[in-house]
Amino acid sequence: MSSTETLVKDLVSKYGKSRNSLMPVLQGIVQEERYLSEEAMIFIAKELDLSAADVYGTASFYTFLDTVPRGKNIIRVCKTISCHMTGKDLIIETLEDILKVKVGQTTHDKNFTLLTANCLGWCHKGPVMLINDEVYPELTPSRTTEIVEEYMKNATH
Amino acid sequence: MSKYLVNLKVNNIPVTVEEGTTILDAARKLNFHIPTLCYHEDLTVAGNCRVCLVEVAGSRSLAASCATPVSEGMEVLTNSKNVRSARKNVVELLLSEHNADCTKCFKNGHCELQTLSSEYQIGQHLFIDLVKTKDKIVDISSPSIAKDDSKCIRCQRCVRTCSELQAVGALAVINKGDHQRISTFLNKPLSEVVCTNCGQCINRCPTGALTERSYIEEVWDAINDPSKHVVVETAPAVRVALGEDLGFEAGERVTGKMVAALRHLGFDSILDTDFTADLTILEEGTELLTRLKKALVDKDEKVSLPMFTSCSPGWIKFIEHMFPEYLPNLSTCKSPQQMFGALAKTYYAQKKNINPKNMVCVSIMPCTAKKFEAGRPELRDSGYQDVDYVLTTRELAMMIKQAGIDFMKLEDMEYDSIMGESTGAAVIFGASGGVMEAALRTAYEIISGRDVPFTNLNIVPVRGMEGVKEAKVMLKDVKPEWGFLEGVEVSIAIAHGLANAKKVVESIKNGTANYHFVEIMGCPGGCIGGGGQPIPTSPEIRQKRADAIYAEDEGLPLRKSHENPEVQYLYKEFLGEPLGHRSHDLLHTHYKPRKRY
Repeated sequence: MSSTETLVKDLVSKYGKSRNSLMPVLQGIVQEERYLSEEAMIFIAKELDLSAADVYGTASFYTFLDTVPRGKNIIRVCKTISCHMTGKDLIIETLEDILKVKVGQTTHDKNFTLLTANCLGWCHKGPVMLINDEVYPELTPSRTTEIVEEYMKNATH
Repeated sequence: MSKYLVNLKVNNIPVTVEEGTTILDAARKLNFHIPTLCYHEDLTVAGNCRVCLVEVAGSRSLAASCATPVSEGMEVLTNSKNVRSARKNVVELLLSEHNADCTKCFKNGHCELQTLSSEYQIGQHLFIDLVKTKDKIVDISSPSIAKDDSKCIRCQRCVRTCSELQAVGALAVINKGDHQRISTFLNKPLSEVVCTNCGQCINRCPTGALTERSYIEEVWDAINDPSKHVVVETAPAVRVALGEDLGFEAGERVTGKMVAALRHLGFDSILDTDFTADLTILEEGTELLTRLKKALVDKDEKVSLPMFTSCSPGWIKFIEHMFPEYLPNLSTCKSPQQMFGALAKTYYAQKKNINPKNMVCVSIMPCTAKKFEAGRPELRDSGYQDVDYVLTTRELAMMIKQAGIDFMKLEDMEYDSIMGESTGAAVIFGASGGVMEAALRTAYEIISGRDVPFTNLNIVPVRGMEGVKEAKVMLKDVKPEWGFLEGVEVSIAIAHGLANAKKVVESIKNGTANYHFVEIMGCPGGCIGGGGQPIPTSPEIRQKRADAIYAEDEGLPLRKSHENPEVQYLYKEFLGEPLGHRSHDLLHTHYKPRKRY
C-alpha cells in the first residue's frame, strides 16, 4: 500500500464513509501532501463510493485544495482591490525577483510556490500575503524580502 | 396520507393544489407556460438557470418557479413587465456565454435556448461575447458523444442525469465562477473516463453542448457508391419513436413508413434487427438452460448465476467499469445489432451472392452506445467490422428530411427477406422487461410444451416503469428431458436505468437477493427511452412509446421467437443448432474489465 493510500484510509476511518467526510478528508490530504494527486483522488473516490469526477469537482471548487503539485511553502498574495490600491503589484514583483518564478509557478528546489488569492479579509492592512497559514500584513518590498529570506534560511538548516 | 391543499392565484386566476407543489406546476395546471432550461421532469430540481422567474406579490425579488413551493394565499404573476424584462436579461446573459453559432450547430432547430431567444426576440446582443476560445475545441474522443463546452450553459442537467439516473458520475461541475465548466475527472477526454456512452445526457441537454457523433455523411457516401451493397437494420424501439421527429405524436407506430423511407433513401437491403432479437432469445434462452442444468444437475459450482442479459451496450460498459467481477455472469450472446452484422456479412452475403467486402452494414438504433459497440475490436467475426455505421433515430429522421421525403404520406412497405421476418417477442425488446418476456415465452414452452401461463401471452408482471421489477415463475409438469427443472421456481429481476442496475447488482453482491436471470437495460424505460431517441423525453412520452411497442406485439401473427420461420431456416441452412459451433463463432463474444477510476 502506498503512503497516500494509507493516509486516505486513516482519514476515512477517522471521519467516516459518508459524503460529509469528503471535505475533511481532502483537507487532511492537502495538509500532508500539499496537493491532491490523481492517485489520492481515486483512493478517496473508492473509499467514499463517489465518482472520481465528483471528488475532483469538489476539490476544484476550493482555492486551497490544490490539484497540482505545490512547493513546501505556499505564498498567496491578495489580489483584490484594497491590496491592489496599496501596491500588491510591487509585492508580487519583489517575490518574483527573489524566488525567480512567476505567479503560479513553483521554485526549482520545490521550496516555494507563488500564487495570488482573492480577498484574505485584511483590507485595512494591505497589501497582505499568506505563507502557508501565516498572515503577513502591511507589506513593503523590503519587509517582503526579509520574510521570505527567513523561510529560505529555515529550509537550508 | 392525504396532503393539505393550498389555494393561490396565478395571473389572478384561483387554483388549488397539493402542499409542496411548485409554482411551475401550479401554473402548468392552469395552462400557463413558464419557460425552463435547467428543470427536467426526470431530475431533481436545481434552480440555477433562472429563466423560470416569476413575480410573487409581497416578495422583494423574483422567484425561480421550478424551485419555489406554493403557499396559502400566494399571488403569482408569470408575465408581468418585471418578469418579462428579467427573463429577457437572463436569456441575454446566458447567450453572452454561449457560442450562438446556430446555423452551424447540430441542434439547429431543436435547441431550447434557441427557441427561447426566438420567443423573446433577442436581437443584437446586449452583453459582450464571453465565450472562451479554448472552449470551442470539441471533445470528439468518444465514438458516441461529442461535447462542445462553448455551447454549454451550465444548467447541469447532464450532471444530474449521469449521477441520478445512471449512477455513473462521469460528468461533474468543475471549478467555480466564470471558470466553472462541466467536465470529467481531471478534464480527461470522454473516451478515457467511466462514460458508458448511454447518451442520456444528450437527451436532456437543452443546447448543442452534448450531441451524438454523427455519421450521416459516411452513410450517404456508402449509399451513393455503386460498388457498395448497403444493408440497413432497424432496432425494435426506432419504429415507435421515429414519427416524433417527423410530424407524428408520441406513441405512433411507423414501421411500414420507416421501411418505405429507407427504400427511398437508397438502401439496398432493408432488414430488421428484430430478426436477430428473435435469434438472441434462442441463443440466450439455451445458454440460460445450459447454465441452470450445470448448476442443478452437474452441481457445478463454477457456473455463474444469475445470468445477466447482454443486449444493452451502455449496461455492458457499465458492468465492465463498475463490477468487473460479475463479467462471467453476463450472457456471452452478442447484442442483436452485432449478431445481425456478423450474419449479414456471412450468411446473408452467401445466400444473396454478395461479396462481404463490398457490403456496408448500417444500423438504425435508439442508442448512442451502439456506436461505441460497433467499433469494439472483438466484434469483427465476419472477417470485417460487423457493423460499419450506427445512426440514431434522430439521425435517420434528419436523413429523411434531407431527402425531401414526405414521411407522413408514405405508403407502408415490407422488410426484405431472409433477415427481415420477426415476431412480437422481438419487438418488445425495445421496452424494459421485453427481453425477459420474450425469453419466458420461448423457454417456458420449450420446457413444458405449453404456453406461458399468462392471458394472451402477455406477461404483465415484467412490464411497466418501476425501476426494479421482480417475478417468480414456477415450472410444473415439465417435459421428461427437462425433468431436473420440475418444481423449480425461477426467480427473475428486471432493471432499467443504470442507477437501478447498480442497486440490483449490489443486492446480489451483498446476498440480499437471489435470482436466476436478470434483464438489464441501460436507459430509463429500456430502449424506447434510449440516448438516440427523439428529444424531448419524459415519463409520459416513454410510456406512450412502450404502449406502442406492446400494441405492435399484439398485432403480429407470430409472438414467440422460436416460431420465426426465417430464424428456423437460418438454423437449418447455416447455424445448425443454438450454441452450436457456428453460433459460437459468430454470435457470442467476451468482455473486458475496465477501470472504474
